[in-house]
Amino acid sequence: MSDLVLEVKNLSAWYREADARGRRVSHHVLYDVSFELHRGEILGLVGESGTGKTTLVRNILGLVETHTGEIIHYTKRPQMIFQDPLSSLNPARTVGWILEEPLRIYGKYDAPERKRRVAEIVELVGLPADCVTRRPRELSGGQRQRVSIGVALIQKPSLIIADEPVSALDVTIQRQILELMRSLRDEYRLSFLFISHDLNVVYQLCDRVMVMKKGRIVEQNTVAELFAHPREEYTKMLLAAAD
Amino acid sequence: MKTRNYFLTFGCVITALMIAFILLGYFWTPCDPMKMDGSVRESAPTLAHLMGTDKFGRDILSRVMKGAGATFFVAFGTVLIGTAVGTLVGALTGYFGGWLDEVLMRFNDALTAFPGFLLALVLVSVLGPGRRHLLLALGIVFIPSYARIVRTEFERARSQNYVKSAQLMGASTARILFVHILPNIWPVLLSAITIGFNNAVLAEAAMSYLGIGVSPDEASLGYMLSDSQAYLATTPWYALGAGLVIVLLILGVGLIGEGLQRKDL
Repeated sequence: MSDLVLEVKNLSAWYREADARGRRVSHHVLYDVSFELHRGEILGLVGESGTGKTTLVRNILGLVETHTGEIIHYTKRPQMIFQDPLSSLNPARTVGWILEEPLRIYGKYDAPERKRRVAEIVELVGLPADCVTRRPRELSGGQRQRVSIGVALIQKPSLIIADEPVSALDVTIQRQILELMRSLRDEYRLSFLFISHDLNVVYQLCDRVMVMKKGRIVEQNTVAELFAHPREEYTKMLLAAAD
Repeated sequence: MKTRNYFLTFGCVITALMIAFILLGYFWTPCDPMKMDGSVRESAPTLAHLMGTDKFGRDILSRVMKGAGATFFVAFGTVLIGTAVGTLVGALTGYFGGWLDEVLMRFNDALTAFPGFLLALVLVSVLGPGRRHLLLALGIVFIPSYARIVRTEFERARSQNYVKSAQLMGASTARILFVHILPNIWPVLLSAITIGFNNAVLAEAAMSYLGIGVSPDEASLGYMLSDSQAYLATTPWYALGAGLVIVLLILGVGLIGEGLQRKDL
């Protein structure tokens, strides 16, 4: 059996919207995107904003349906970590409620068991135990991102898609969150699709990198190889801009 | 959060007093509100009749107590219908958009196009007189404004990441709508409810002032006001009793609404 968690084959995607005169127009966003993601691998996806990274994510998660090509999930329930945890955590609920909600929906555990699992996750992602009674707004940015990692983890996924998870955090907190993700990968053989425009972060964390430009993947290689010997002009340009 | 929220405190105190007043009126009144006593017609306030009597010698305080109950009942029911149906319509249209949104909101627009009173008048004349019919008519009139408020909030929430996150958890649509999104629009809805309640009190008073929806022998604040108009110069306490209760009802709930809004800031 292969150790693939996700396989994307010849994915093309577009979205429709009404133009100024109310006519429906299609915007082509992704062209012939193909890649594989293995168990325990952290795959980086870099590219400027507007190149279709988010559209790719939304297609992988099944949040939009308009595409051709194949997306094959070898695991159940991929999870997502968003850039701004304040918007991805329900502002009207406490952290404890938010963490418990996936288990309530799953519906197979009774209340004490759910509480126990929540406490376990809180410890695993390195949050203080008393944070369960607080609301997302009352936590720091780093703590919030830990909560959203916790929300993903409590659902026991094999694949986590992280869309710019650390770009809203300052450098020290960034390092802690990256460290957490790395330890999760090592301990549970989780796979990450890690989207970022920050090449330094990608260099620190990822095993392989894909470079995306205008809806196409223009280069795909291991981190060491790509940073040492970029083949595409575009990649060189991104690298130069990062220094 | 340091300064005390006097709006909320005073609002709650006044509303609690009014509810106590109304509940008391359901079980006990100083006199029988329907009993006419020819010997004390249009009497000024006395110890026996604290708010005086009307032209038939009926005790005004007792009638106000009964009438406030009727007004409260209609206002409460109106807001309940308006909020429940309005929230449902607003949630579905705002969250799903598309043709459902178009159909329901155009229907909504059609309702809004009629002046509220006219619509209520038409509905009451179709449904027939009676307090329950008045309640139903006013409730229907109140639906569009709630639907619109709720729709805006749900439309905004739809694109928020916490909703996407709930979708990824595998939450059902009903759960996303009412367990995930609704608590977030609660503050907005709550202040709309308090304002709506006050409008409903006034609407009920205005409708019964016009003699619609309530039969004359029943005590009703609006009907009492219209009745007292002719005697304003000779027996001002008649209008005063009914008017004061309306004002206090509105003031209490209005202050609560104001207090709730300030609490979040």
